[in-house]
Amino acid sequence: MAALSTQPHSHGAVVPVASRAEHFTSYDVNAFEVPGGREEIWRFTPLKRLAGLHSGAAATGSAAVEVNAASGVTVETVGRDDDRLGKAGVPGDRIAAQAYTSFASATVVTLPGDAKSEPTTVTVTGAGSGTVAYGHILVKAAQFAEGTVVLDYRGSGAYAENVEILVADGAHLQVIAIHDWADDAVHVSQHHVKLGRDASIKHTVVTLGGDAVRITPVVQYAGRGGDAELQGLYFADAGQHQEHRPFIDHSQPNCRSNVTYKGALQGEGAHTVWIGDVLIRVAAEGTETFELNRNLVLTDGARADSVPNLEIETGEIEGAGHASATGRFDDEQLFYLQARGIPEEQARRLVVRGFFQELIAKIAVPEVRERLEAAIEAELEAVGA
Amino acid sequence: MATLEIKDLHVSVVSEDAPKEILKGVDLTIKAGETHAIMGPNGSGKSTLSYAIAGHPKYTITSGTVTLDGEDVLEMSVDERARAGLFLAMQYPVEVPGVSMSNFLRTAATAVRGEAPNLRHWVKEVKGAMADLDIDPAFAERSVNEGFSGGEKKRHEILQLGLLQPKVAILDETDSGLDVDALRVVSEGVNRYKASGEVGVMLITHYTRILKYIEPDFVHVFANGRIVESGGRELADQLESEGYVKYTGKSEAAAIS
Repeated sequence: MAALSTQPHSHGAVVPVASRAEHFTSYDVNAFEVPGGREEIWRFTPLKRLAGLHSGAAATGSAAVEVNAASGVTVETVGRDDDRLGKAGVPGDRIAAQAYTSFASATVVTLPGDAKSEPTTVTVTGAGSGTVAYGHILVKAAQFAEGTVVLDYRGSGAYAENVEILVADGAHLQVIAIHDWADDAVHVSQHHVKLGRDASIKHTVVTLGGDAVRITPVVQYAGRGGDAELQGLYFADAGQHQEHRPFIDHSQPNCRSNVTYKGALQGEGAHTVWIGDVLIRVAAEGTETFELNRNLVLTDGARADSVPNLEIETGEIEGAGHASATGRFDDEQLFYLQARGIPEEQARRLVVRGFFQELIAKIAVPEVRERLEAAIEAELEAVGA
Repeated sequence: MATLEIKDLHVSVVSEDAPKEILKGVDLTIKAGETHAIMGPNGSGKSTLSYAIAGHPKYTITSGTVTLDGEDVLEMSVDERARAGLFLAMQYPVEVPGVSMSNFLRTAATAVRGEAPNLRHWVKEVKGAMADLDIDPAFAERSVNEGFSGGEKKRHEILQLGLLQPKVAILDETDSGLDVDALRVVSEGVNRYKASGEVGVMLITHYTRILKYIEPDFVHVFANGRIVESGGRELADQLESEGYVKYTGKSEAAAIS
């Protein structure tokens, strides 16, 4: 989309009220005020549609968690008191704290050290329409582990959770979270990634379904040489709210991060929000970071908000940058394809598929790739784009 | 016998303030088997002519007609024009990220031919056509035009020309930015296309050098939005030595000294 026309969007319209370093976190839900909607971290979120997740709704059901584990990967269901929990990060908003305070049991998936594992799939099915549920998942990659975990979200209901992702020294983990919820589902989740020395994470968020989905992936580094690659792919239809708030906290020297989120929107009231925060602390010398958000608005009546924030507290970095663009179809691309006989509708599909292709190509699990390609195709069928 | 007929074509472009007329009454008929060179100085409207015929939305036809074998081209959408047998090799081919060249070529061939080409036959056809143009087979898996050099883009335009086999091809400054080897390879591609059947070629160029490789039947001088003089090969030779000064009042070379 080199020639994508850039239209006015919210980039630059917001000055963060405080440094991201001062962002409040707590395990205790009562330490947070009930948000009213005007707070910086809630102002884009339709609180009325969250089924009370933000205001103390008690659990009325529980989501079903099913794990299809690869050989060598261990899966446990543990109680709240398991002392491995809560190590990857502290809840950063009231809903994450509510989920942390409320979950009954947690699923722990451990990839064995010094070994390469086949993909493991964790399927979370909502408790059903009108229910409220809280959950907790911990994915641990032991030292020098290598593998992939797919988190597959389906079904109905309101579901809030924390996903902890602990990547030990020298481990390489790929996590793919697919939010393929039913139309009425509400999902608010914070992912806490903690990277050990020379560890890497490839973290992919895919959001297709749900009425309101808000995902906050947070990456922290526990040692030098950590490498975080975050990507997101979302497709919002009429009335859907999809919000992604990646935060990379560079507190260690010589670490790297790269964030790429791309979304397409179609239909009246389709709303996407992308808030990309990167903080490079004083100690994080030699940091290299780039974040990018691109939105393709396919029809009138859809709205994409995109706010990249980059805070740099040291001058001794390798490089830091961000880019954000929201636009409609590139007429020149359509003209070129049509000038070769390709009908307009088909040309549009080619362009949208192409728009997502670089992200899909990076997903290491062929079944997931095929599923996403089919899902994008289905979305395009729906609008007749 | 394909015939492209352009009559009294007036075209405007919508700029910031008011529509600006760029083509001021173009008359030109291209018949199958003929190669017409359109030569003119920068800003004379040569490229506008090509884009207007192809149907680029930026240009508005204010009067005149364009027909292909009697069919009204101006009534057709951009893709209908291509399927009717018109082809525009663009001066600045567009990058389409994430769409592989092979997928693009096959989709275009399917659209133009009206049915998907037989896969085994198609792969062979594309490989052969790429080899003819000295294109590395690895390009088939790269995104359309993305990161291609100027010469690579032009070779791929001619690749498409060969695969889509239009009735009439418009080549918009296909020679610009090409080195000697690339110019030869691209010209050979155009000549193969010419030899392949009863086809017409409109060759738009600023310089005479491509005419050393592609023999024109007619040469037209384009200035200030219309054809101001027509002739044969000798007109190109005259432009080669005298430039466009006679038509524009200012000196602009048609040959590269």
